Amino acid sequence: MAKVDEPAPSSSSVQQSEELTAAAESRAELAVSPELVAGSVSEYLRASLSRIRAGQVGVLPVVGGLLLVSVLFQSLNGHFLTAGNLVNLLVQAAVFSVLAMGEVYALLLGEIDLSIGYVAGLSGVVLAELLKPSGLDWPWWAAILVALLVCAAIGALQGSLVTRVGLPSFVVTLAGLLFWQGVMLKILGNGGSVLISNTVVNDIASGNLSPIAGWVAMLATVGVFGVLSWRRDARRRAAGLVAPPLGLTALKIGGGLLGGVVIVLICNTDRGRILPIQGVPWVVLLVFGILAVWTFVLGRTRFGRYVYAIGGNAEAARRAGVNLALIRTIAFTLCSFTAGLAGVIYASRLRSISTAFDGGTLVLYAVAAAVIGGTSLFGGRGKALHGVLGGVVIAGIANGMGLLNMSAASQYMVTALVLLVAVTIDALTRRGRVAGT
Amino acid sequence: MTTDVESGPPPAPPTRSPEPLLRLRGINKNFGPVQALVGVDLDVPSGQVTALAGDNGAGKSVLIKCIAGIHAPESGQISWEGNPVHIRTPREAAGLGIETVYQDLALCDNLDIVQNMFLGRERSRLALDEEDMETSARDTLAQLRVTTVRSIRQPVASLSGGQRQSVAIAKAVLWEAKLVIMDEPTAALGVTQTANVLELVRRLADRGHAVIMVSHNLNDVFKVADQVAVLYLGKMVSVRPTAELDRQIVVDLMTSGVSTRAADPRPSTEA
Repeated sequence: MAKVDEPAPSSSSVQQSEELTAAAESRAELAVSPELVAGSVSEYLRASLSRIRAGQVGVLPVVGGLLLVSVLFQSLNGHFLTAGNLVNLLVQAAVFSVLAMGEVYALLLGEIDLSIGYVAGLSGVVLAELLKPSGLDWPWWAAILVALLVCAAIGALQGSLVTRVGLPSFVVTLAGLLFWQGVMLKILGNGGSVLISNTVVNDIASGNLSPIAGWVAMLATVGVFGVLSWRRDARRRAAGLVAPPLGLTALKIGGGLLGGVVIVLICNTDRGRILPIQGVPWVVLLVFGILAVWTFVLGRTRFGRYVYAIGGNAEAARRAGVNLALIRTIAFTLCSFTAGLAGVIYASRLRSISTAFDGGTLVLYAVAAAVIGGTSLFGGRGKALHGVLGGVVIAGIANGMGLLNMSAASQYMVTALVLLVAVTIDALTRRGRVAGT
Repeated sequence: MTTDVESGPPPAPPTRSPEPLLRLRGINKNFGPVQALVGVDLDVPSGQVTALAGDNGAGKSVLIKCIAGIHAPESGQISWEGNPVHIRTPREAAGLGIETVYQDLALCDNLDIVQNMFLGRERSRLALDEEDMETSARDTLAQLRVTTVRSIRQPVASLSGGQRQSVAIAKAVLWEAKLVIMDEPTAALGVTQTANVLELVRRLADRGHAVIMVSHNLNDVFKVADQVAVLYLGKMVSVRPTAELDRQIVVDLMTSGVSTRAADPRPSTEA
């Protein structure tokens, strides 16, 4: 049954006064992760429902938003939900999603990084310059590596200014936004652009896995996810800890498999107009890879735990012996590093980088994507997954409005409204929590 | 020594062991021209609750911060288990076995109970060993009979004030603190929650930990303390077993630094 988690009270402690009133009790119950109190799938669903009613919504708003965007644009333009457009949307979303995953690091600390748009741009410029056949003509892997290292160094520098000198991150990264834009323009020259001819780099965003390879990659990913979740729950049962019921574990893995099958089916549909084009784009695999690594780092390592702790209560973390400056600096470094990956994807998609790159809008979209996905602007709450989902919403709006031939002006306004809704949900959830304490 | 808080009289008068766990001699601390502590002496023995009383600004917080490694005293000697020590940082204090339970600053609201109890000292191999940590946290809470929390995986934001205080205390126990310092552990708690926390404080001392409890509340002091130390304007004006005191004496000492009252032979059980 539920509530089995109380540390086995001995008979001598029976007289211990029950300090919670009935109301407080039901509230305390709501706050528990439903997996831990539920004994069966149906109970789990009921517990989840009561959590949602209590204002703990998780990724629900963004999933609802995705459904709304799909239904709305599909009813306005029948082309929206075709395989070709959906794959296109996934590729468009990749830059937003990866950039937003970087921004999640800054937001979790309760900070913000406004520079990562142009840091991503600079990554693209470094990559393109190093690959130039008439110039340095480096191998693709070395060029990508150096581009990412440059971005990581920028993050470390900005992070140090925030943590060691004590400047507000808003100001430091605003200066970064201007400075790295300047550096980018300086390298590219007035109105300049650099083409990328390296096929490996260009294939990141434009190349596809073969249909068979797509299935294999999907099954391998779901398989690893399934084995890990299954073993984790089995370990908890073995240790005598409260574990989610078997049915729920199976349901979770089944859900993952279903999602994977749908994505691969869509991607493997021939979407070519003249020549057949099919297969999962490499970039989708890359986004899933980044998501998996950052989810592990944030959820299962000391560093990740400290990032959450600092965002929740920096003073408590300091008193627990956490090196605040070090953790913050690393988080800013990873934030810029991830932006570098987004820059590589961007350059790969356009097969070039030019002064038309708009890092200012991109970074605002990244912040919006993270918040729309469910990451709190107030620190301490958020996941890499939120960045990915939010990025898909933002790309969906841009894509759908593009299909309807609506202007960039109205796209900005609609995106702004979606952001406001997301921040409102964040603020309301927060208020609900405080009231529930 | 193991008296029941609820029913029994206050514990037997503390026996003065030759070498207390913590010994302070002549501690001075200035903040600019303000003398916060003047030649403070104090012995803190294991297995006892030492209440630290005093009016606002008497120097209670400064004194515990000197012990916890947050402030460094200008002069004076601190002995730990008979050896002179210098406690320069909270980390060094923790290394000796001194854990401080702060009123508001101890816990991260967004982390759950297990994550908070292990914050800064996580067990980790390739990844964090959540099962191992959860088992230890659960056992510690069970030992202390903290049974009012529904799940140790609930975020601390959802706990009541008394439960948060219990988690913070359990954290100190988990780390095998020899001395637990508590700053107003019952401030802002309701009646039942206060009783629960005080019971926990008593249990802590009965398990052999030394406890320093800063408190304004004389009810609390007389309920759990074995000895009462009173600070007045930065000076330690009295350190006496609770049995030799009554409320009026403590109030006199807190407000004027002296008490002309004779010690009331009647143990103050009315608390």
